[in-house]
Amino acid sequence: MSAFLSRFALRGRSLVTAVPLLWLGLFFLLPFAVLAKISLSEAAIARPPYLPIWDWADGVLSFAFNIGNYLFLIEDPLYLMAYLGSVKIALISTAITLLIGYPMAYVIARAPQHRRNLLLMLVILPFWTSFLLRVYAWIGFLKGNGVINNVLMWLGVINEPLVMLQTDFAVYLGIVYSYLPFMILPLYTALVKLDEALLEASADLGARPFSTFWHITLPLSLPGVIAGAMLVFIPAVGEFVIPALLGGPNTLMIGSVLWNEFFSNRDWPVAAAVAIVMLVVLVLPIAVLRRAQSREEEAN
Amino acid sequence: MKKLALAGCVLMGAAGAAGAEGTLNIYNWSDYIAEDTIAKFEAETGIDVNYDVFDSNEVVEAKMLTGATNYDIVVPSLEFMARQAQAGVFMPIDKAAIGNYANLDPEVMAIIAKNDPDNTYGVPYMMYTIGLGYNPARVNERLGVDHADSWAMLFDPAQAAKLADCGIALLDSPSEMTAAALNYLGLDPTSEDKGDLEQAAALLTSIRPYIRYFHSSQYINDLANGDVCLAAGYSGDILQARNRAEEAGQGVEVAYTIPQEGAQVGFDMLAIPADAPHPENALKFIDFFLRPEISADISNYVYYANANTAATPLVNEAVRTDPGIYPPAEVRAKMYSAKPHNQRYDRALTRAWTTIKTGQ
Repeated sequence: MSAFLSRFALRGRSLVTAVPLLWLGLFFLLPFAVLAKISLSEAAIARPPYLPIWDWADGVLSFAFNIGNYLFLIEDPLYLMAYLGSVKIALISTAITLLIGYPMAYVIARAPQHRRNLLLMLVILPFWTSFLLRVYAWIGFLKGNGVINNVLMWLGVINEPLVMLQTDFAVYLGIVYSYLPFMILPLYTALVKLDEALLEASADLGARPFSTFWHITLPLSLPGVIAGAMLVFIPAVGEFVIPALLGGPNTLMIGSVLWNEFFSNRDWPVAAAVAIVMLVVLVLPIAVLRRAQSREEEAN
Repeated sequence: MKKLALAGCVLMGAAGAAGAEGTLNIYNWSDYIAEDTIAKFEAETGIDVNYDVFDSNEVVEAKMLTGATNYDIVVPSLEFMARQAQAGVFMPIDKAAIGNYANLDPEVMAIIAKNDPDNTYGVPYMMYTIGLGYNPARVNERLGVDHADSWAMLFDPAQAAKLADCGIALLDSPSEMTAAALNYLGLDPTSEDKGDLEQAAALLTSIRPYIRYFHSSQYINDLANGDVCLAAGYSGDILQARNRAEEAGQGVEVAYTIPQEGAQVGFDMLAIPADAPHPENALKFIDFFLRPEISADISNYVYYANANTAATPLVNEAVRTDPGIYPPAEVRAKMYSAKPHNQRYDRALTRAWTTIKTGQ
């Protein structure tokens, strides 16, 4: 009887883990495989617009893999420049988001209990409006005769409207604004767990506030910093909407290159290859970072 | 028409739950039909219409090539329709089922037949030209010309430099903008020659520092608000900007010109997907659209010309006599229409366009 129960428990456990595995397989690995398959194909005027990579004729199954799409990405420096451009914009935006988000998260975590929920609510509140609309709203603020320029001209600070829309500045602004909650929330979770007794002990031992922050608060909130940075950096690299709406024509990001391959060139195979490379370029460093992180945790 | 490039991507959801008899799923450009056209059609036929809009040919093409869109009528531009027809995504138009087919202008149908042999797959919906929209006051002040009617305003770096501070916008459309550049250079605007492309790219690069942005719809609002003073764009869009500026009464004026060097004329085509669930309703709608009064209503509303000769007398005089909408014969003589490119040229074109825009 007990043997039966334990076997049942075991099956129950594997059943529970099967759900997320199935999820991963269905919504990540399967689309990835489809993409990988298309990336090895060749574009054609057909429906769908690429050739099949296998052929069944006279009882012979033949495969034709076209790695030319990947070679093509190496031949033309455009793709490398676009990747680097995206990574640069994502890195700078992540840094700015961290600089703005950290003090906000700190203040929320240190606020009296009854006020914390209200403050957190304010951070999450913008999500009640569509992301697209919030980015559109910035157009109204930034454009030539938009809110900011009108106010500045009315105050007499400037005579000619500033060109803010269609610049890299607007892209950074859009990304930082849109992703700030993703930075604040994990930072808050890390900071709110911080034992205040540690800070008091540090002060008692004569440490100045900055020293306490640098040696105690910051290291203990590091998991929050890393989680927040990932949540901002990863989507920012592949960001398409914000640069498309706010960015200028010389903002070169991989998202728009991908759009061009898919829509303007109608070359789904090359578009798929760009996407696969982007995934690998993003996933590998993150896997390495995660490993370093978990090793550190084990050491502790 | 070509409004909110992104909204199109976001609103890509398929047409509503169709399948029952008596429905018709239409996929048309945004702001491209009279307010009461659909209501009239529904009242008369009892057919329920699901009307979806898009704002870029590329988005339509991606959907058509994926298949199973559930649409009964789509409205791609001619050169896009021609290529999609090669991929077998459309069914031939049953001309016998369209009583009003004879209303179509034979001259226009002959031009279209160069891309759609025998007019097999498409019926022209509206016609547009790609010219220059500008703010006369600001342009005159900077260029000292009274009647701006040359592409030189845009393509001559000396003139473009003088307009840079009040804002120049270009369509984010490699094929249409390079065709305009080729035509200005006296080359064949439909050329697929690499050397020609390089010359066009060099011309566009020379004016690149003076271009504020590349976008295929934003200039409508910006011209109307005075945020840009020169835009290469679609005729009807610029004329809509002109009217919005008038309505707003902020003292902004907008004018449209088909420059003397000639311009591209384009056709948006009603086509029926091969897997359309209600092709018979689609034909009914096309027949309804080809009634003179219905075609005229739409032209009056959207400021694009239709190819329906019987409708022309019914079009408002202001629209019918506007050379930007119904160009006179001597202007028409200098117009050219696009052809679908082969994939290799399209790739070279997109690549050159990225270089022009980003310098990379």
